[in-house]
Amino acid sequence: MNGVPLRGEAAGREVVDLSAISLRELHGVLHGLGPDTNRTGWRLLNPDGRHAVAVGLDAPIDVIVEGHVGYYAAGMNARASVTINGNAGPGVAENMMSGIVRVRGDASMAAGATAHGGLLVIEGNAGARCGISMKGADIVVRGSVGHMSGFMAQEGNLVVCGDAGDALGDSLYEARIFVAGAVKSLGADCEEKPMGEADRAALAALLDRAGIAEMEPGAFRLFGSARRLYHFHVDNANAY
Amino acid sequence: MCGIVGLFLKTPELEPQIGRLTAEMLAVMSDRGPDSAGFAVYGRPSPAGLKFTLRGGDFTSLAAQLTARTGVEVTLERRDDHALLTLPAAAEAEIRAALALISPETLIVGAGTRMELYKGVGLPAEVSARFGLPGMSGTHAIGHTRMATESAVTTAGAHPFSTGRDQCLVHNGSLSNHNNIRRALVREGQVFETANDSEVAAGYLSWRMGRGEPLDQALQSALSDLDGFYTFVVGTESGFGVLRDSVACKPAVMAETDDYVAFGSEYRALTRLPGIAQARIFEPEPQRVYFWQRAA
Repeated sequence: MNGVPLRGEAAGREVVDLSAISLRELHGVLHGLGPDTNRTGWRLLNPDGRHAVAVGLDAPIDVIVEGHVGYYAAGMNARASVTINGNAGPGVAENMMSGIVRVRGDASMAAGATAHGGLLVIEGNAGARCGISMKGADIVVRGSVGHMSGFMAQEGNLVVCGDAGDALGDSLYEARIFVAGAVKSLGADCEEKPMGEADRAALAALLDRAGIAEMEPGAFRLFGSARRLYHFHVDNANAY
Repeated sequence: MCGIVGLFLKTPELEPQIGRLTAEMLAVMSDRGPDSAGFAVYGRPSPAGLKFTLRGGDFTSLAAQLTARTGVEVTLERRDDHALLTLPAAAEAEIRAALALISPETLIVGAGTRMELYKGVGLPAEVSARFGLPGMSGTHAIGHTRMATESAVTTAGAHPFSTGRDQCLVHNGSLSNHNNIRRALVREGQVFETANDSEVAAGYLSWRMGRGEPLDQALQSALSDLDGFYTFVVGTESGFGVLRDSVACKPAVMAETDDYVAFGSEYRALTRLPGIAQARIFEPEPQRVYFWQRAA
């Protein structure tokens, strides 16, 4: 990092110790990397729950974070691959545009919130409101998700290999939600749908990309919008 | 926004360090609550029987005056603008009456056999240092850093709140039905010192426990009676509880090892705890009562 101490090279990666270098300094370098950069491998040590680790990346680089992170890790990610070898706090990969974010542990609330694109893989469990208002991203959770996951999700796929908490897919738009385990309750206007060939193919492809070989697409159920909240209904006039 | 930290020890080895560990956790949570801070430490039982944490008034010759008036031997240890008074449990009523006469402006902010409670306005690290938190020892401790939303930035508005013997509560969030609950509890004889919503939650739990409910059951009842946003961490003489409301928008992380259970609003607060790399880290679920109790 341009003469900054504690930079090392390991397995072709530049190693940055976050206990010695400020995030601002690190991000200043990462945000300056162009589309054809050859500094593509990064390993971040001692994140110690810091917020906003590896946010706003916009280059085809591969970043490994060794430890737990706080709020908004890998937020706004574009093109980069970010792997978190630990747990993530609230809002991991929020507003992601493209690329891959992988959390090896658990993620807290609002994982992948408003994400437009890319793939978020959570190998542990995700907390409440996973995929809230997602706008086109794909989210694959190996474990379970908390309540109100997929709330107002507009586009994209949320795949849950475990269970889903209360009010799954409340006020859902056109995102698809696949759940293999139990669904505690469905939110308003969310309903189970028959799974078509295209749905099954999309699910299989996502499980494959997420590296989850042990789950069969046939084990999942599909949930989507009943589309009853899309339009004003005259019977509800008194409610306004 | 506020920050909460808590540490409940399962083994005695860390007891001498609990103050230092709690102070470090509190300092990390300054970003979440820079306006005031406070903490309660559950130390070894007072040999004399009872501990009062006092705030306000002139402590200069207070112990001597109390003894002169009552004939009861008491000790007083000053900690910044608070003081720790130890007294025989049998003389509690007498000492309370004498204190009200001698120094009516002095508040008893915490009472119990083990709990001491200190709080004040300022950055958490400064508040900890003022009261000598790093040097305190004990079996469990709860701390809070405050960013005020519902009432004024004052010492009285800082957390923890204690509304019952050896009981205290810290709160991240805001309650929406606290005025109603306060009115109902006042009719039941519960006393409140502030207009703060969190004090109502503390009073509510004290009222429940006063009717014989154990802490975990009182927390269970809170789920249906208290409306609003909350993550609570609660201490009793021998117990430590955590509760989050159904929406669970106030963050919470817990770490458990063979030696302790720790709570932090964020994982950052826990990173300096011994053995944290091997701890089981988890997010407490909404509407689930978490409760740890020490053997008596």
